[in-house]
Amino acid sequence: MWFEHIVFWVLSVVAIAGALGVVLVRDLFRGALLLATAFVAVGGLFVMMNAEFLAVVQILIYVGAIAVLFIFAVMLTRDVQQGNAPNRLQIPAAVISALLLAAMIATAVSTDWTTLSGAGLEAKAQLAQTQAVGIPNASDLTSAGLTPAEVESVSSGGLADLLIGNFVLPFEAVSLLLLGAAIGGLALARGRGR
Amino acid sequence: MRCVTNADGMLSADGVLGGNPLFYFIYNAVGHVAPCWLSYLIAGLVIMLILINAVLLGAAIVSWGERRLLGRFQNRVGPNRWGPFGAFQPIADLAKLITKEDIIPYGADRLAFTAVPVIMVAAVLLGTAVLPFAKDVALVDLNVGVLFVLAVSSLTSIAIFTAGWASNNRYALFGAGRAVAVLLSYEVPVVLSLLGVVLVAGSMSLGDIVAAQAVPFFLVQPLAFFVFIAGMSAELNRTPFDVAEAESEIIAGYHTEYSGIKFALIQAAEFGGVLVVSGLIATLFLAGWAGPLADWLGWLWFLIKTFIGIFLFVWIRSTYPRLRLDQIMAVCWKFLMPLSIINLAAVVLEVFFLRDANGSLSTADLWIMAAINIALAGGSILFFGRFIREKVRTDAHTAIATNPVARGASTIGMG
Repeated sequence: MWFEHIVFWVLSVVAIAGALGVVLVRDLFRGALLLATAFVAVGGLFVMMNAEFLAVVQILIYVGAIAVLFIFAVMLTRDVQQGNAPNRLQIPAAVISALLLAAMIATAVSTDWTTLSGAGLEAKAQLAQTQAVGIPNASDLTSAGLTPAEVESVSSGGLADLLIGNFVLPFEAVSLLLLGAAIGGLALARGRGR
Repeated sequence: MRCVTNADGMLSADGVLGGNPLFYFIYNAVGHVAPCWLSYLIAGLVIMLILINAVLLGAAIVSWGERRLLGRFQNRVGPNRWGPFGAFQPIADLAKLITKEDIIPYGADRLAFTAVPVIMVAAVLLGTAVLPFAKDVALVDLNVGVLFVLAVSSLTSIAIFTAGWASNNRYALFGAGRAVAVLLSYEVPVVLSLLGVVLVAGSMSLGDIVAAQAVPFFLVQPLAFFVFIAGMSAELNRTPFDVAEAESEIIAGYHTEYSGIKFALIQAAEFGGVLVVSGLIATLFLAGWAGPLADWLGWLWFLIKTFIGIFLFVWIRSTYPRLRLDQIMAVCWKFLMPLSIINLAAVVLEVFFLRDANGSLSTADLWIMAAINIALAGGSILFFGRFIREKVRTDAHTAIATNPVARGASTIGMG
């Protein structure tokens, strides 16, 4: 389906160009805007993978909150006009990000994706015969022969079950982390001696 | 290659554009002579064209209606020169704005400055994509509809900030700083109030939420309704929360430097925002297209309810004076936050005890919830209202000296 291919390539190029721009552009403010652009493009990629919930949350949190906080930080930074000054940590930063990239690629390659995408691919192939364009929704998936449990596993309900079931420990750990961050931010904002 | 048809000779486009009858009609009409992707594209574009024009025309009507209503509220006439009751005033305004010089200030970030009106209008238009105008008539009935609306409305905050920064103007920057502070804070109670709605409806799809309202949710969850309207007044930068464009303090806030067609677009986005948010209020709390008589009259009930929402916003705007920024923050964190948490806790408990084996609620259950929650709403608004009155009366200087939120606010022009 070349229509989907076009959308995929546009989104991918925008995401990668935006991410590159964040690192390469001197103007901190434009960097933050490019970051938001990259976030939106990644959200679009999530939509293409039928993960609407993830896509919407991506926009809500990363564009609506995190990018705005970055811009806030840029605004409160002194001497922004000088731009992104080069510093001495370039080589360690390059090494660390290369390691991170390697780790991510290794994880992506070694993960067993077949459980979900096998059924999904089958359903998509069947959909391609009955319906030439578009993104399948829950009723399409059901009519394409997926069991209700499999349909549920790609919806927000399934995600919620996983979060409060199998992954409850990391979930709670993250909320503790956020609480710590909030208290830390408050402590910083109040300043010393008060 | 033509489109594949199913057994009854209709083209299958199920779900993609949520069963929109007009989409089906165009898709089928074109699909018999053109390739499938083309008919899909054409049908989608036609629907979007209609929707975009409806929203922008609606924004024009809202701008006229708001000025007329404000005039009545303030015991004056309002625009009445051109057309019946001055109804063509927005056309005159638009013609004036288009013919004005389009100025980009010296030292501005031209690209970002130009992008702002586009992003703002786009965010408003995207919000209409999931609104159900009548039974089964929405551009898309996403299963995460509520979150989608919140997500696209959060794009506005980044656009406002960009406007303030790219304008290279202190007043614009102050306005943008204030606007984003307000937007980020009020996002929290708004989302918490919507959680209650999603919980009772058992779905995040706007279509399902309308279908679940055997009793309209403004009765079932009056607290959520209250918090949502207050929060949305703040997110739309409307009086009493309009410090972001307080003309007596910072000229026009983030859009100080905008002129000509760009200003017109920002205005269209603001009035369109009122329209979309009113549609959202109608959908989430006033039972959307549901109403007496036939189902095909749904658009009428939806329109009437939307206008009720718009009227509420104009009423609030004309009644209350502007708050200071630290008062706005206090109202958010010390008044609306507790109210939304109380509402959520009450709804969770009620749903837990009242639901049947399938996890669904009957109409009788909803009436029970309404009775409990109306009493709860009255009590908690009175209690926290008394509490917040003391807080808000605190002198601005002591507030800035002791309160980190207000002190942070002072660095963005509140001092």
